[in-house]
Amino acid sequence: MARSIWKGPFVDGYLLKKADAARGSSRSEVIKIWSRRSTILPQFVGLTFGVYNGQKHIPVYVTEEMVGHKFGEFSPTRTFHGHAADKKARRK
Amino acid sequence: MARIAGVNIPTNKRTIIALQYIHGLGAKKAAEICEKVGIPAERRVNELTDAEVLQIRETIDRDYLVEGDLRREVSMNIKRLMDLGVYRGLRHRRGLPVRGQRTHTNARTRKGKAKPIAGKKK
Repeated sequence: MARSIWKGPFVDGYLLKKADAARGSSRSEVIKIWSRRSTILPQFVGLTFGVYNGQKHIPVYVTEEMVGHKFGEFSPTRTFHGHAADKKARRK
Repeated sequence: MARIAGVNIPTNKRTIIALQYIHGLGAKKAAEICEKVGIPAERRVNELTDAEVLQIRETIDRDYLVEGDLRREVSMNIKRLMDLGVYRGLRHRRGLPVRGQRTHTNARTRKGKAKPIAGKKK
């Protein structure tokens, strides 16, 4: 079920502060965040966030189109490189 | 025979049923259309007057997204997800279930027919 509109988008408060600070200062530096659950707001556009995936911070450059998605969606938590060919399978 | 919304030619069925042969119209929308145009439930497509057919065509064009346009919108939405690099887009790209279903077993609709793993048994 979708979130009620009256609640507004969910964002962890400290992200707003971090984003503001980043805008104010030198820019072009990755803002490390752990809050994968936060919605991407319009004021984040143009910033680069390092979204934690449980192992490292994946840099995500926020564009116009990403607004409304969650940060976590851009930072995959699982790695799957396909199944290794089974060695036993070779002999018949 | 009536030609409504492009290629669809529903037959001598009741109008409500026949309208559902159009991609994007189900029971609810078909009933809505019939009500707007004022067609009784029992009326069959071959009993419709030309004026009524025209009216149906106009309401569909005006109020509903149907057939090719609908298909295009759906595929554009999917394409958007894929281009954005979102998790859901990745799942679409790989042809796996998008909404968190298990893939250990099942998920055959998305994955297609099971491919045997060569030499699993001796």
